[in-house]
Amino acid sequence: MLAEALFFSAVLFTIGVFGVLIRRNAIIVFMCVELMLNAVNLTFVAFAQAYGVAGQVFVFFVMTVAAAEAAVGLAIIIALFRHRQTVNLSNINLLKG
Amino acid sequence: MQSLSMPHGTLPLLYTFHFYLFGFIAIGSALLFVTRKSPVAAALWLVNTMFCLAALYVMLDAQFIGAIQVLVYAGAIMVVFLFVIMLLNLGQGEIHDARGTGWKLTAGAVAIAMLAQIFALTKAKTPINLTLPQGFAAKQVADAGAIAPVSGPLFHEYLLAFEVTSMLLLAAVVGAVVLGKQRGEEDAR
Amino acid sequence: MLPLLQAAATAAPHPMSGTVAQWLWLVPVFPLLGFLINGFFSISTVFHKGPKDPSASHGDDHAAGHASGHGDTGGGHGDDHHDVARHKLAGLTSIVGPGVLLLSFLLTAAIFFAMRAAGGGSMTQPFVQRLFSWMPVGDMTIDASFQLDQLSMMMTLVVTGVGTLIHLFSVGYMQDDPGYPRYFAYLNLFVFFMLLLVLGGNYPILFIGWEGVGLCSYLLIGFWFSEKANADAGKKAFIVNRIGDFGFLVAMFLIFANLGSLDFGAVKEAAPGLGFGTPVVTAICLFLFLGCAGKSAQIPLYVWLPDAMAGPTPVSALIHAATMVTAGVYLIARSNFLFAMAPVAQIVVVVIGALTAIFAASIGLKQWDIKKVLAYSTVSQLGYMFVGVGSGAYVAGVFHLVTHAFFKALLFLGSGSVIFAMHRAYHHTGNHDDAQDMRNMGGLKEYMPMTFYLMWAATLAIAGIPPLAGFFSKDEILGALFQRAHEGSTIASAHLFGIPGSLWLYFAWVLGLAAALMTATYMTRMMIYTFHGPNRTGAEERKHLAEAPMTMTGPLVILGILTVVGGWLNIPEFARFLGPVGGLDHWLHPVVGEATEQVIAGTHEMSPGLEYGLVGLAVLIAVAGIALAWTRLKPEALVPKSQSPQEEGFERVLLDKYYVDELYDAAVVSPVVGVSRGLLWRGVDNGLIDSLGVKGSTYLAKFVGWIGSQFQSGRLGTYAWVLAVGVLAVLGAVSVR
Repeated sequence: MLAEALFFSAVLFTIGVFGVLIRRNAIIVFMCVELMLNAVNLTFVAFAQAYGVAGQVFVFFVMTVAAAEAAVGLAIIIALFRHRQTVNLSNINLLKG
Repeated sequence: MQSLSMPHGTLPLLYTFHFYLFGFIAIGSALLFVTRKSPVAAALWLVNTMFCLAALYVMLDAQFIGAIQVLVYAGAIMVVFLFVIMLLNLGQGEIHDARGTGWKLTAGAVAIAMLAQIFALTKAKTPINLTLPQGFAAKQVADAGAIAPVSGPLFHEYLLAFEVTSMLLLAAVVGAVVLGKQRGEEDAR
Repeated sequence: MLPLLQAAATAAPHPMSGTVAQWLWLVPVFPLLGFLINGFFSISTVFHKGPKDPSASHGDDHAAGHASGHGDTGGGHGDDHHDVARHKLAGLTSIVGPGVLLLSFLLTAAIFFAMRAAGGGSMTQPFVQRLFSWMPVGDMTIDASFQLDQLSMMMTLVVTGVGTLIHLFSVGYMQDDPGYPRYFAYLNLFVFFMLLLVLGGNYPILFIGWEGVGLCSYLLIGFWFSEKANADAGKKAFIVNRIGDFGFLVAMFLIFANLGSLDFGAVKEAAPGLGFGTPVVTAICLFLFLGCAGKSAQIPLYVWLPDAMAGPTPVSALIHAATMVTAGVYLIARSNFLFAMAPVAQIVVVVIGALTAIFAASIGLKQWDIKKVLAYSTVSQLGYMFVGVGSGAYVAGVFHLVTHAFFKALLFLGSGSVIFAMHRAYHHTGNHDDAQDMRNMGGLKEYMPMTFYLMWAATLAIAGIPPLAGFFSKDEILGALFQRAHEGSTIASAHLFGIPGSLWLYFAWVLGLAAALMTATYMTRMMIYTFHGPNRTGAEERKHLAEAPMTMTGPLVILGILTVVGGWLNIPEFARFLGPVGGLDHWLHPVVGEATEQVIAGTHEMSPGLEYGLVGLAVLIAVAGIALAWTRLKPEALVPKSQSPQEEGFERVLLDKYYVDELYDAAVVSPVVGVSRGLLWRGVDNGLIDSLGVKGSTYLAKFVGWIGSQFQSGRLGTYAWVLAVGVLAVLGAVSVR
């Protein structure tokens, strides 16, 4: 089952990468990042079955950090939206030039 | 559920079938997630993906993690996402916010390249002496329950990481509150 | 080489060492000091509060006319168009300038007498004074050394003597020129270099002098450089000279490569080792002659000399009549041991000399500018000299060099007096006509009698009327030429392009006679139009025509005396009743005797009857030329230049110098300029270096900067991309392994 799990994980990860590159809505991009994290979690769990429970502990931490990151990130997006009335990444370009 | 501690190579067909089923549903949901115009629809598809992943975790002898996946990821994080989407009232999206065709093709190429590279990596051989015997994880679960194998190392070897993570959470809470605060007069222009 | 000289020095002390000859090095150094002092006067602005030097536009009255422009205003005499003020330090300069030259001449004379005492013509070894080791490089050792033998003594006397006279003349001629000290500085520098040239003990020192006189020629021709035509003339002279210098350099390389040394003495010793008539020695001689053609204005490099008349007249007298242009003749005389071994090269020299003689004489027949007539006359006479030294008659060639220096300097200075007087006359009436055009002169013998008589003396000399100097020298050249053709010589036995040398020599002899005829004619024409006939200067100006001051006429007188008695230097056999025979022959024997004998080895003298016949023929031709001009030309028919009709037909061709300048312009100059402008300037410089190099590097820098700036775009999408690509790269690095 390791190989199959790794396969799924890889595909999910690349889908996440694809989404990050393609979409311009900040929230959608954020969710793609979450997808990538999930794919990595799957990898860890698959390896945990073969190499020891440390993998699952790591997944635990990943989830925690992901939660924290989601909270803070969404707060940032809300603040951004208040200023620019948009979450379109192309318009969030004050640093440009 | 039948015991999962099967000798290698003699997994029941049902198990394999379900594994593949959940896996491909996850992939399909992910694809749909990336291509939805509406953020709400996209979020919901992501939730579906996470459910499938939770199922996969359970089938991989990580039942605790599977439960946590549903509780934390699908139940808390995605809910927050949905709250924010609804709060910002994004609806259908201002315009179709994917980049043009050229970008899509290039991104596709990058993605496929990355996939190929990852596959190449998976072919790597791992040292024999690190590999656990077959069914070891299942045995652990059978012996001590689903939670104990995870929590044991968590509070013993990885205690420091645990404490640090709690501080991280604190920082995150404070940060989120501060960032989300209305600023009063200096607000939105 | 050096061991050779040292051996010679230690074997027996030279009879001249220890005498006044040990001060030989002072002879060039005096003019050098003069240059430094006068130069200091010229550039020190403390004293110079007058109008700036060079003087402003000299004479709109000297428009280009039919030849390239000349800016000689005969003393910078003021008209309303240019500032004139006698330089504040002119007095001091008048003492220093001619003074150092006089010192040089006196010292030279003293050394000459010492040389006479040490044996004169029987002194077989040259007196070499080695100053210091200049270029000891590997196998090659070049010393800064002076070599004093009879030939260089001769040349030094001429240079310093005639030079002193011309310096004195210049004191009067240039008196009102604001560039007075600068003029004398350049003139002194010129004499310094010329002395280096004639006194040098090896080819490189000679070459320094060679180049140096070319430089000074440029500086002096373009003395009034604020007029573009003058500056152009200077450039032309220098550049054409350079072409010749290339030949000289190649010859030096060949000499060194084959003989291992560049000292005159060593080369003379080793020269027979090259083999008689071999391609190597012929090549060396031909390249040397290329250098001479440039410096001494032979075909095809003579074109700079007529243009050089743009300089002040004393400069023309000194440089382009008496000294610099004779450097080529001196070089061949100095390298006689090489030329005697290359009969083919000798044929070439003779033929080109003869062709130049007649070519330039024909142009001189139709020139209206008095200085141009003299310029072409110089080119023609130089052709004679080359005929002389080319045919192995070195004594004859050098003899003609000396006599030519006398009468040509006299002619030039005389014309300078004429121009000076014309300018003064024009100045009084504010006329702007050409003061050098003969059509504006006429009948000047009443106003300038002394100049008139002296110039007639020089004209008779150059035409070859006995017993004046020119007769003896010219006759000796033609006689020697005929002897080598008729009685046989190494030259006659050689072949050039399949034609036997004797035929070439006869051809040259005929050309020489024809040129003699033309010489007599055009010189008489010049005299008639200038001094005889009615005066065309204008009624008002006539009142102001007068003889030049004594400072200018004095040197003329001295030169006149020399012109008359100069022939006594080398009286031929048949005129032995006049005095001692062959003075110059004996004097120069140790230097050139061997080579001369090598050329005519085994042949016998011409029969006296033949000799007398030739002499008579020469005199007949001279008289015929003068008579031709006297009877055929009508000065009364002339009108002043401004009203003169345009020339027609062949006369036009002669007037326009056979369009040689235009030919060179089209064939050489224009293509070079075109290539430079089109290919090298636009193509390489603009296109390649500027666009590709300079602009290209800016573009490159900007481009690199732009690429870098793209990484900091501030756009999240770009960042995501870069991330993805980076991950790809890292994964690639890991997975490939």
